[in-house]
Amino acid sequence: MLETNRYQRQILFTPIGETGQEKLSRSHVLIVGTGALGSSSAEALARAGVGHLTLIDRDYVEESNLQRQQLFSEEDMRQKTPKAIAAKQRLSQVNSHIHIDAIVGDAEIDLLRQIAPKVDLIIDATDNFETRLLLNDTAQKYQKPWIYGAVVASYGVTFTVLPDKTPCLQCLAEYIPNNGATCDSVGIIQPVVQKVVSQQVTEALKLLTGNEAALSGKLIAFDLWENQHTEIEVASLRKADCPSCSEKRSYPNLAYDARLKTAVLCGRNTVQLRPQRKKTDLAEVAKELQKNNQIKLFQNPYLLSFEVDSFRVVLFQDGRVLIHGTMDQLEAKTIYHRYLG
Amino acid sequence: MKITVNGNGLEVQEDIKHIKGLIDFLGLEDKPLIVEHNQQILQKEAHEKAVLESGDKVEIVHFVGGG
Repeated sequence: MLETNRYQRQILFTPIGETGQEKLSRSHVLIVGTGALGSSSAEALARAGVGHLTLIDRDYVEESNLQRQQLFSEEDMRQKTPKAIAAKQRLSQVNSHIHIDAIVGDAEIDLLRQIAPKVDLIIDATDNFETRLLLNDTAQKYQKPWIYGAVVASYGVTFTVLPDKTPCLQCLAEYIPNNGATCDSVGIIQPVVQKVVSQQVTEALKLLTGNEAALSGKLIAFDLWENQHTEIEVASLRKADCPSCSEKRSYPNLAYDARLKTAVLCGRNTVQLRPQRKKTDLAEVAKELQKNNQIKLFQNPYLLSFEVDSFRVVLFQDGRVLIHGTMDQLEAKTIYHRYLG
Repeated sequence: MKITVNGNGLEVQEDIKHIKGLIDFLGLEDKPLIVEHNQQILQKEAHEKAVLESGDKVEIVHFVGGG
């Protein structure tokens, strides 16, 4: 039974109506990344009454997030709460009638393979193309629509990928930048996040309520500061021999050798290490580290953090480690082996 | 000559004769771009051949990674 008053204004909107609202309540959306784009998308979909949200994020809340990542508070920053957990806490206050799964971890092949078949739609709120290509092939494999969104400075871009209908990200691979041009080194203003999310969430509402005919079908880009808005019809860029979405598909982005064991987190002076072993007993590790009285430890139920030399090391339950203070993968590995085994 | 780039009017010198010249002029030559010239998407090889004329509409989009 719907709480009719809660969604009344949305039900009054004819293209959605009672039927659309009922569909939303039965929908399951995966949001990959709970930073700026993911926070905003998740809040919009939770308020709209999407019945089941799954959030994946590998990071925790830091001070520099608060300017634009709308679900997080200063308290989340002080507690170094993982973003997926902090997001779920806030969203549960916003709408206690929906189901939210929060996953603190990397959106890697095995995890996506478990979740993707169960969802109706995937929203891209990641900050890198490695994960987007993984999402792309996962979405093609399980025939799920996904909505690309990205932001930098005052510029945003978005495109809805429909299996067997539109070009996929692999079709457009030649346009993916392969250098630091995507770094947040040039900063970001918050309204561009909202504008990309407006597009993504509206497309999501159309798809989830059975209004596919209303989809944009275009690649949309805008620069809010430069007062530019562009829409391009990209249907002609769909490749007949695309390895991800054509009849000859082999899903190159799902090959295991495409998985990175170390990754530089763009613009954050941070390297992530993902060791083979999965779960970590944080209490055990903390006990070892405390033997070294040079090390100041911080701990919450999800992670362990300490500073050493000019580095800050953060260890998560799933075994991942972030080394802040370097972009050198070898240096990061050295620190890792020195303190964590 | 006056053209429209991403919806905004732009006055360009007559020595900019084709799309490639425009991209260089805008300082975008190092980026992978999706370029639409009068509603036709151009492959990169075609940028040097696509002649610019007054009143042309050009849309230029690039992918970014942030989120």
